[in-house]
Amino acid sequence: MASTEQPDSGVVSDAVAVERTLAGDRDAYRVLVERYSLYLYRLAYRMTGNSHDAEEVVQEAFLRAYQKLAQFAGNSNFGTWVYRIAANYAIDRIRQRNVEEARQAVPSRPGEEGQEFDPVAMVKDPSASPEHLARSAELAARMQQALNALTPAERTAIVMRHWEGCAIEEIAAVLKSNSNATKNTVFRAVSKLRKALEPFAEFRGPARAMGTE
Amino acid sequence: MMTHMTEEQLIAYRDGETGGREEMAGHLNECERCRQELARIEAVFAALDAMPVPDPGEGFEQRMWQRIAQRLAEKRLRWWQTLFAPRHVLAFGTVAALVLLAFLAGRYTRKTEPVGTAADAAKVRERVLVVAVGDHLGRSEMVLMELANAEPAKGQKLMNISAEQKRAEDLVEENRLYRQTALRDGDALMASTLEELEPILLDIANSPDEITPAQFEAIQKRIAAKGILLKVRVVHQDLRERQKTVPEPAQTGSEAKERNKV
Repeated sequence: MASTEQPDSGVVSDAVAVERTLAGDRDAYRVLVERYSLYLYRLAYRMTGNSHDAEEVVQEAFLRAYQKLAQFAGNSNFGTWVYRIAANYAIDRIRQRNVEEARQAVPSRPGEEGQEFDPVAMVKDPSASPEHLARSAELAARMQQALNALTPAERTAIVMRHWEGCAIEEIAAVLKSNSNATKNTVFRAVSKLRKALEPFAEFRGPARAMGTE
Repeated sequence: MMTHMTEEQLIAYRDGETGGREEMAGHLNECERCRQELARIEAVFAALDAMPVPDPGEGFEQRMWQRIAQRLAEKRLRWWQTLFAPRHVLAFGTVAALVLLAFLAGRYTRKTEPVGTAADAAKVRERVLVVAVGDHLGRSEMVLMELANAEPAKGQKLMNISAEQKRAEDLVEENRLYRQTALRDGDALMASTLEELEPILLDIANSPDEITPAQFEAIQKRIAAKGILLKVRVVHQDLRERQKTVPEPAQTGSEAKERNKV
């Protein structure tokens, strides 16, 4: 039966998969989901900082894309389009989480529930699971904390620019902003991260006399 | 010799910015202090690179599909449910009315005046389209106007545009339907206005529920840049005029009797 067949994602193009999905072939959508899930997951993880939210973003992005597929109608690349939807939803998710966290009077202690590695939790308890960190637990925890302290726009800008290698115009489209403002957002993000990492020797700059001497 | 480079210049240089690049490179070649500063910025990016993205595990893509597939039926159902929302009923009802009225006009006029049949059917179609699209443009104008005229309060960090977003979502679907009908009817002005309106409505519909004042300003700029509000107003006004000049098809006594029977 068609529904149990593995989609031939190497052959079916995005445009064909979109067309078939719109024609009612739900399995055609599977090709797109399987093709772009990991791509969206990396973006979502870097934006939200944890696997649970990242998976939620991936699911919701594909569901929203499915609902709006007729509007998309092959106007641009499906991957780019669903990526934008995911980035926008991740922004919403970060904001929602910030509001929820602000409401909570007593933050829960990570590590107590024996969950998977979660950098957000690491910030709250820098001594937990250091073996999972690529360099030093303290530095990674500080970086995660600094990333979490960025505004959703700054975080989106730095994630898309540095990790995803997106063009400024592409980031501007997601942020609903213009190129100059987006460049400034990237700059602010880097500057904030650098300040947050100043306690570490390699990030400490010379005396503050830049630019005018 | 240029002064020391600012942090912003160094970040832009590192990012591959082309403006003044040669001069910056020359300065960096000579200035130890700026080189060190650049190295520290580079260290921030290296630290970012070192941040791990945990492997979501074997079969992640298939797992995602299983979860998404379960919810697709629900989403599809919701999509059908939305057809019965008042605005969609209006849009689909209008198109259905176009077809029905054109059919009826053709049927009744054919009995008495075969020569006028096509003209009357066209008039009916045009009138219904003019009224329906006029209503659609009126509602689109309201959404655009509300966004164009709103201002964030002092110190407001986020603006909730979910109401406008939902209305834009409804309008996008109607817009496509009317644009296709206008194209089929050869109404170029109406079709092109609807075509220009569509991406802006789509943009609003796809925005997050809450946006920053800067993002809000960007939306306002896009509305202003395309002059779409003015175009919508002009075509809306034009449609109001056409409503007056496209009367309902003339009725003969026998036709009136026929219609009264229905």
